[in-house]
Amino acid sequence: MEFSYIPIILSLKVAFAAVIIVACSSIPMAGFMAKREFLGKDVVESVITLPLVLPPSVVGFMLLIVFGKNGPLGKLFEQWFDTRIVFTLAGAVIAAAVVSFPLMYQSVKAAIESVDPNLEKAARTLGAREGRVFFTITLPLALNGVVAGLVLAFARSLGEFGATLMIAGNIPGKTQTMPIAIYFANEAGNTRQASILVIIMTVFSFLVIYGLNRWSKGSRRKSRGGGA
Amino acid sequence: MLKAHFKKRLPTFELEVDISLSHGILALVGPSGAGKTTILQCVAGLQTPSWGEINIHGKTVFSSEHNTDMPIRNRRLGYVFQDYALFPHMTVEKNVLYGKPKKRSTPDKALSVSNVLEMLKIGHLRNSYPNQISGGEKQRVALARALMTEPELLLLDEPLSALDRDTRSTLQRELMKLQAQWQIPFILVTHDVQEAEMLGSQIIKLDYGKQEVIRKLDKAESLHL
Repeated sequence: MEFSYIPIILSLKVAFAAVIIVACSSIPMAGFMAKREFLGKDVVESVITLPLVLPPSVVGFMLLIVFGKNGPLGKLFEQWFDTRIVFTLAGAVIAAAVVSFPLMYQSVKAAIESVDPNLEKAARTLGAREGRVFFTITLPLALNGVVAGLVLAFARSLGEFGATLMIAGNIPGKTQTMPIAIYFANEAGNTRQASILVIIMTVFSFLVIYGLNRWSKGSRRKSRGGGA
Repeated sequence: MLKAHFKKRLPTFELEVDISLSHGILALVGPSGAGKTTILQCVAGLQTPSWGEINIHGKTVFSSEHNTDMPIRNRRLGYVFQDYALFPHMTVEKNVLYGKPKKRSTPDKALSVSNVLEMLKIGHLRNSYPNQISGGEKQRVALARALMTEPELLLLDEPLSALDRDTRSTLQRELMKLQAQWQIPFILVTHDVQEAEMLGSQIIKLDYGKQEVIRKLDKAESLHL
C-alpha cells in the first residue's frame, strides 16, 4: 500500500495552531494565578489541571458536549463562522489545545513563581507599571519555563489521540492526524504506513526531550557562569 | 523632605513611626525584626500602613484619613534593596537605565548614564552582567540605578551589610559624599550602631514598635558631618 505523508502535515498544522492558542492563553493565566490570591483559587487551579489526568475519552466527550452541533460554543461558532467544529481540523486543534494547556500552564506558572519578588518590587520603585514589570522582568526571567512549556505543549499536541478522535473523527486528508493514522493503518493491516509514522513520532519525541534537557542544562550553566 | 506618622500592625506588635526629615541621612537602627524594613517599605508603597499619613516633598503619598495610597511609581523615590535586586538578565548599563525618566524634570539634574556610572566608579562595568561583578560593585550599580530615577528621597535597606569591612568603610564615606552632592534626604536602615553613628545626622532606634530618637542634628551640624 502507498505511504501517505498527509497525516504528518495535518499533525504539524494542528500542533502549531494549538501551541499558539495555548501560549496566548496560558501565559496571562499563569501570570495572574501566580500573583493573585482569591476565593476559590484552588478550585480554578484544579479545573485547569484536570485534562492532564482525565482519560482522553472523557475530555473528548466533554468537548463534544460543549462544541457539538447543539453545544453552547458549537452553536456560537456555527453562527459566527458558518462552519462546524465537530469532524473538522478546528476540532482537532481544540482537542490538542485543551490537553496541552495544563502542561504549558504548569511550566510557566512554576517559572513565574520562582522569579525573586524583590526584582519585581525593584522595578516598581524604578517607576515601572505592572505591564512593564511583567514583560521586562517577570517573563524574561521565566523564559526557561515558557520555552519548556511550549515544547512540551507542541509534543503533546502532536501526540493527541483519544479526544481528537472523538471530536474530529478519522477523515483521511481532513482530520486524520499522525496518531490516528497509525491506529487505523494498523487496524487495516497497513504496517508500512504505521511503521513509518511510528518511527517519525518516536524520533521526533526523542529529539524534543533530548533537546529540552540539553537546552535547560546549557541555560543553567550560562546563568551561573555569566551572561544572560 | 519627608514627614511620616503612621502605624503598621505586624504579627507580634504594632509599629508606630513618627519621622520628619528634610536633609541629611536618617539612620534607622535596631535588631532584626524590629520593623526597620517595614518602615522603608511603607514609605516606598511596597506595604500599606494600617493608619497614618506620609508626605514626600509636600505631596501626600499615603493618608488613611483621605483614603490616599499613591502607586509606588509616582512616589519619586529611590530604593536600594538589601540584596541589591539587580536584574540578572540585563547588563549594568541596562539596569541603571531601567528607571530613567523619559522626561527630565529639572535641567540641572539631567543625568547621563555615563555621569552616574563614573561618579560611582563603575563605568568600566557597563557591559557586564550582575553575576560577573563583586558585592561592592553590585551595591554601586544598585545606587546608580536608584539615583538615575532622579528621586526626591533615597531609601537604603541595609545596603552595606553583605560587604567586607574595607569595601564597607569605602562605601560609607561615599554614601556621605553622595548625599552631600545630591542634596536629597536618605533613610538608611542598619543593624550596626557604629554605622548609624558615623552616617546618621538623625538616628532613630527601634525596639519592637517603639521608636527612640537618639540624635537629631540641625542643618549646620549635619552639613559638617
